[in-house]
Amino acid sequence: MIAAEVPEEPNLARSSLKWLVLGVSALAFLYVVWGLYLAGEPLFAVITMALGLAIFILFGWARFYTWRFVFPAVAAVALFIVLPVLYTTGIGFTNFSARNLLTFERVQDYHLQATITDPADKRGFGLTADERLFFPATDDSPALITPPLGDAVNGTLPATETSETVEVEAMRAVMQRRAQLQALAVRLPDERVLKMDGLRSFSVSVPFYEVGPDGVLTGADGTVLTPNHEIGFYQDAGGKTLTPGWRVGVGFENFERVLTSDGVRQPMLQIFVWTCLFAFLSMVLTFAVGTTLAVILEWSHLAYRGVYRVLLLLPYAVPAFISILVFRGLFNQNFGEINLILSTLFGIKPVWFTSPILAKIMLLIVNTWLGFPYWMLLIAGFLQAVPRDHYKAAALEGAGPVRSFFAITLPQILPPSVPLLIANFAFNFNNIVLVLLLTRGGPDIPGTLIPAGSTDLLGSFTFRIAFQNSGQDFGMASAISTLIFIITGVIAFVNFRMMQRYAAKRSARP
Amino acid sequence: MIVENATSLRRRKILAHGVLIAFIALIMFPFLMVLSISFREGNFSTGNLWPSNPTLEHWALALGFEYTRENGTVVKPPYPVLLWLWNSIKIGLIASAGILLLSTTSAFAFARMRFRGKGALLDTLLIVQMFPAALAVVAIYAIFDGLGRVVPWMGVDTHPALILSYLSAITLHIWTIKGYFDSIDPALDKAAQIDGATPWQAFRYIFLPLSIPILAVVFVLSFIFLVNEYPVASILLRNTDQMTLAVGARQYLYEQNYLWGDFAAAAILSGLPITVLFLLAQRFLISGLSEGGVKG
Repeated sequence: MIAAEVPEEPNLARSSLKWLVLGVSALAFLYVVWGLYLAGEPLFAVITMALGLAIFILFGWARFYTWRFVFPAVAAVALFIVLPVLYTTGIGFTNFSARNLLTFERVQDYHLQATITDPADKRGFGLTADERLFFPATDDSPALITPPLGDAVNGTLPATETSETVEVEAMRAVMQRRAQLQALAVRLPDERVLKMDGLRSFSVSVPFYEVGPDGVLTGADGTVLTPNHEIGFYQDAGGKTLTPGWRVGVGFENFERVLTSDGVRQPMLQIFVWTCLFAFLSMVLTFAVGTTLAVILEWSHLAYRGVYRVLLLLPYAVPAFISILVFRGLFNQNFGEINLILSTLFGIKPVWFTSPILAKIMLLIVNTWLGFPYWMLLIAGFLQAVPRDHYKAAALEGAGPVRSFFAITLPQILPPSVPLLIANFAFNFNNIVLVLLLTRGGPDIPGTLIPAGSTDLLGSFTFRIAFQNSGQDFGMASAISTLIFIITGVIAFVNFRMMQRYAAKRSARP
Repeated sequence: MIVENATSLRRRKILAHGVLIAFIALIMFPFLMVLSISFREGNFSTGNLWPSNPTLEHWALALGFEYTRENGTVVKPPYPVLLWLWNSIKIGLIASAGILLLSTTSAFAFARMRFRGKGALLDTLLIVQMFPAALAVVAIYAIFDGLGRVVPWMGVDTHPALILSYLSAITLHIWTIKGYFDSIDPALDKAAQIDGATPWQAFRYIFLPLSIPILAVVFVLSFIFLVNEYPVASILLRNTDQMTLAVGARQYLYEQNYLWGDFAAAAILSGLPITVLFLLAQRFLISGLSEGGVKG
């Protein structure tokens, strides 16, 4: 062990250089934090601040020497794992979804962007040959001219007064540029804004709504929109809600819906049972196949073991997303090669993607195919530790290979495998890549409130609620994610205790 | 296995070879099928398992060339496969380098230094590592969406965003590297310490040079893991030109636009480098695997 205390070097020049560098980076951090805060992102500002502060303290004082080594990893875990997990839980308590996507300020801005034009302020216009807009003089204001259309910044062109009269093109030129002109805003010298309101005229446009206290919007025609912070929508006098909405906290509503609403709970329960079953069967099947092959390959009388081993490793070596998609094609009901062979040999064409049972079987077949090499590799390692003379003794007693496998091999390789089996269970519990790429959860369970598939795992179900179905209910998805985090946490903890127990047992052995 | 007489030995050998060959046939079937499909005409498989009119059309398209059929029609490549492969490699390399950078010093601290809370931190890492990033996608999406409003080059649909989110894969690798550091003879750093080396110097001049092999293993492991990652990449990358292979390959097999033949060629082309890399590295990878379930 290396002592953690390190004497600070007495070199004055070096130490002042260190503080100079630290001071400059602290200032840089503060600058970024301030920028983030001004940009309306307090969360990022706080994170950057914490990061900068940690660096400043750790590198400023020698007593934190050890922590300089640990800091990168701790910061990365906090930022990239803990923060997203906590943030997910936080979103679970909001109504964040495709309908309530924005912040309140941005929803207000959206409504304020609605404008009406004042017909009293109409100005005729023409388009010049070099694509400038020309507004001829009226009784009470001089003629105006803008830079060419291409010079618009954020869709706005400034207009300046002019005393000359400019030649304008025929109507046809305006017709051709119509879409461009309609998107254009012309800023007058007195800062008022003109918008196109017909083929021949622009007129002053003013915001339809005015903001009152508490964010109440009053319209030019007298309509009053009141923000409802309970549901995250503006409502008119009759209580009708206007989209878009903003994110608000809804307490345990999402969790209640998941746990108590029949249309959600029913498919959730079904999916939960299937997820456990899938994870368990995948674990058992891959372990069984992998172990069998490892034991056969361990037999020293067998020739070409190296060749077999590499070929059997292939499913593990090929990127999983490619293999899964290949199976998606091969299992295709109508023109997939598997059904082609099955129908030639046996005259059957199983409907892999429309029958819930067959889809589940297909998922398990593909997952076993993908997963057994992992166990084959690991078990091959464990087999090295099994004492040879045990086999000799068994053979002398007249035990066959099957008997000696169950009596000698299995008891020897099972204990070190247990933590890895649990980790494998957890992996398959959340094996959403397989489902998303192979079946996308389908076929759908009929009669559910939210689309749920019969091959969906909890994770892929959540993923689809958030990103694939039209609702994009992030709040709901996060609530379910939170529940999965809890389940995963329990599995992880059990696994952890098992590993501790195994490690203790191993170190206790002489 | 000890077998007493010759006939039963031969019978068992034949049985074992039979089982293995049958199994390997099952393993190889999809690969051979895809190879055959990549040379078959058209995008729907009909009839033969062996292509009757072999064509290079799918391969030309996968490599990004236009293909002129015999009747004169010109087919354009449906997707930029090589660009996707490049995106995957680029993101995988940068993120893996970042993971190594972040995990090596702390692995050293965990292996050799004494500090408060060490045991608890190590246990936390082990538990945290089982939380799949794929389940926090909503938060990841929201975070980068917000970040993109302030820093556009780190927002949704950018590679830096994906690379940052991939740094979450460090937990497992810290354990792997720590395991290797543990196996280095303590006499070495004791000697360095007596000669007046600081822990940093011991790390920089003794541990780092000695651990190049394990760092290479961790690099390859994390590279393969990241190239295979689908859920997070699929929500952070939306634009076709930004996609990684794992996200892009999916585009071939939509019901409305089912490009089976084109997919086959693209899959072989893009899967081959990664497969070869894995097979070359697998001898070294096995030790890393037993530290925890990286894949499968």
